[in-house]
Amino acid sequence: MPPMSQQTTTHQTSANDQAHWRKTTNLMWIHLGIWFFFGYVVHMFAPALNKIVIAGFPLGFYMAAQGSLIAFVVQLFLFAKQQDKIDREFGVAEDD
Amino acid sequence: MATQTSRDGNDFINNLGKIYGMYTGGFLAFVVLLAILEQIGVPNRVLGYLFVFFTIAVYAIIGVLSRTAQVSEYYVAGRRVPALYNGMATGADWMSAASFVGMAGTLFLLGYDGLAWVLGWTGGYVLVSVLVGPYLRKFGAYTVPDFMSFRFGGNFARFLAVIVLVACSFTYVTAQIYGTGIIASRFLGMNFEVAVFVGLAGILLCSMLGGMRAVTWTQIAQYIVLIVAYLTPIVILSTKKYGIPIPELTYGQAIADITAREAQMLKDGLATAANLKPHIQPWINYTALNFFAIIFCMMVGTASLPHILMRYFTTPSVREARQSVAWSLFFIFLLYFSAPAYAAFSKLEVYTNIIGRGIEDIRPWMFTWGELGLIQVCGKNAASLQAVMEACKAVGTGVVRLQDFTINTDVIVLSTPEIAGLPYVISGLVAAGGLAAALSTADGLLLAIANALSHDIYYKMIDPNAPTVKRLTVARVLLVVVAVAAAATAATKPADILAMVGWAFSLAMAGNFPALVMGIWWKRATTAGAIAGIIGGFGIAIFYLVVTRYFPGYGVAYFGMSSLPNPAGAPLVDIAKAMAAPNAMDTWVAASHPMASKVGWFGINNIAAGLIGMPVGFALIYVVSLMGKEPSKEMQAFVDEIRKPRGRTVLQEKD
Repeated sequence: MPPMSQQTTTHQTSANDQAHWRKTTNLMWIHLGIWFFFGYVVHMFAPALNKIVIAGFPLGFYMAAQGSLIAFVVQLFLFAKQQDKIDREFGVAEDD
Repeated sequence: MATQTSRDGNDFINNLGKIYGMYTGGFLAFVVLLAILEQIGVPNRVLGYLFVFFTIAVYAIIGVLSRTAQVSEYYVAGRRVPALYNGMATGADWMSAASFVGMAGTLFLLGYDGLAWVLGWTGGYVLVSVLVGPYLRKFGAYTVPDFMSFRFGGNFARFLAVIVLVACSFTYVTAQIYGTGIIASRFLGMNFEVAVFVGLAGILLCSMLGGMRAVTWTQIAQYIVLIVAYLTPIVILSTKKYGIPIPELTYGQAIADITAREAQMLKDGLATAANLKPHIQPWINYTALNFFAIIFCMMVGTASLPHILMRYFTTPSVREARQSVAWSLFFIFLLYFSAPAYAAFSKLEVYTNIIGRGIEDIRPWMFTWGELGLIQVCGKNAASLQAVMEACKAVGTGVVRLQDFTINTDVIVLSTPEIAGLPYVISGLVAAGGLAAALSTADGLLLAIANALSHDIYYKMIDPNAPTVKRLTVARVLLVVVAVAAAATAATKPADILAMVGWAFSLAMAGNFPALVMGIWWKRATTAGAIAGIIGGFGIAIFYLVVTRYFPGYGVAYFGMSSLPNPAGAPLVDIAKAMAAPNAMDTWVAASHPMASKVGWFGINNIAAGLIGMPVGFALIYVVSLMGKEPSKEMQAFVDEIRKPRGRTVLQEKD
């Protein structure tokens, strides 16, 4: 994604909003990275991971059947919390 | 009067836990009552009817109680649905007959490769929460086309968004109504066409009077039924076999046993290396490329499907929209991480108690499904021991080998109660769960289509001055019209019904995702850019689908398509030979045509057509936007506004 256009003359985003959005964007990339890792990267190594067997589960199979899913669920609760913290930090969160 | 309604409403919201707790207790009591009825000799057929009609009656009552005459209640349930409950509703909205009945069967057949669907249908929620959902909630839309119209210059963008929405939702809803018909006909012995229209009546009763509000509260009720129904048989099976009531842990043992048994079967000549597909081995049914392509398309499709996105319009705040996505995935996860356990237990049962057994020792659960033509042994329906013995004698084998056995994927979940030796009441429970899954998804989809037609086309484009009563009447009439059209399509049993679900994701991904993401994340995206992106991305995806599926000869002759590879890397079809055949240039070919869905570009299966459409969409939005003037000052301020949760929604609908 291209960086936000900064040379706009007609509309000026406030410094606070810009800082808020910069942090939000960083968080977005971090979570897309985690998503990409658990959605794709791990599974590229499935044949190798399958050689490790835990409680009957070959690890490659386990990651696709449960491991990545658990990661996604945990990640989403974490993301909701982190984004809310950013929103509060810059005073743009909703009232409780 | 208004305060009266809202106070009643708040009482209701505050007591949700109590209400749904009582509902769950009532449902369990109902199951126990039926179990007692079974013990005193009430026939199975009657139990099946009681299950189906009582559950549908409960949904209908909730639907009627939630009727409303307010526009915001009709379209977004008054934006008062708490995160956790909206998560449950989304879970039911999401999990269709294909998830409930089909997923475990797919995993049974494909082993590891089937997990592409499990991953694809869960990971997309990360994209929903991080990239799209909460921003649309802040915007304050009633529908996804609402956002497209506001951000991208009015009714033309709205119209395109409606086309995308209808294209992906209609194919999807047809598959759901079809699923309803299958379940009802199988368990109630109804004629399939009649069953389709009975299911339709159930769907309409839930959604017609109350719109989103009614659908929300019924979907929560349906989620409870479907998750109880899905987990009960397998928890009992796990406890019986391994002494631990957590099948998700114990099926590891089943997988180890399957792998050992596979080696044994090869050694004993019960299977050949050619027909045995090891359960845990990756990329033997799909190529690695298509495995990841399916995951990607299903994930991105999730974040583009209007009936899912609109569920997050109903939360009280942006914060709760984010929490709600997390809850949604949690509730979906409960079912999806159990599906591989169903597959493993069933496979172990088939591999140890059918394959390699002397025919007279075969366990009788199989014959119920053989009668319906869903299990075949030695090439004939396994209707009875007699039939199996005769068929296998004709083939000349005294034991059932792997190649002698065929099973329809729907049977895996439906037969587990019998494999576990459970009473019929559990089978009836599973049927009720499957029905809840199909009905709830159909409800959400129909509402998405009818809302787009009534709100976006009728109110916003044809008659912006229509009074509330008229708007809601139009919405309800359209809901019925769309539902009947979908049921009529389903009743013809279209051949591609399951592939269509995959196509819906690809179309949504190609048409919606680039415009939604760029509209929120890039202020410089212009109207011209978005319109080019939607037309280009969606256009090429639909072109790829239609040509590869229905005009494969033309694809090869004029558009440079070649055969898709099989997992070993060799071509699926011999193109030179197929092109020389007299039927090579047939149009609207049947699924059995030698090249149908077997040709394409870059070896990409047409289920993943979105993979071709989406990059085109992104590229067009980027390039065309940069060629024009940057969006107005007001538009840029508006984008700033949707990025901050605080403050009023951008779009203020009059009620």
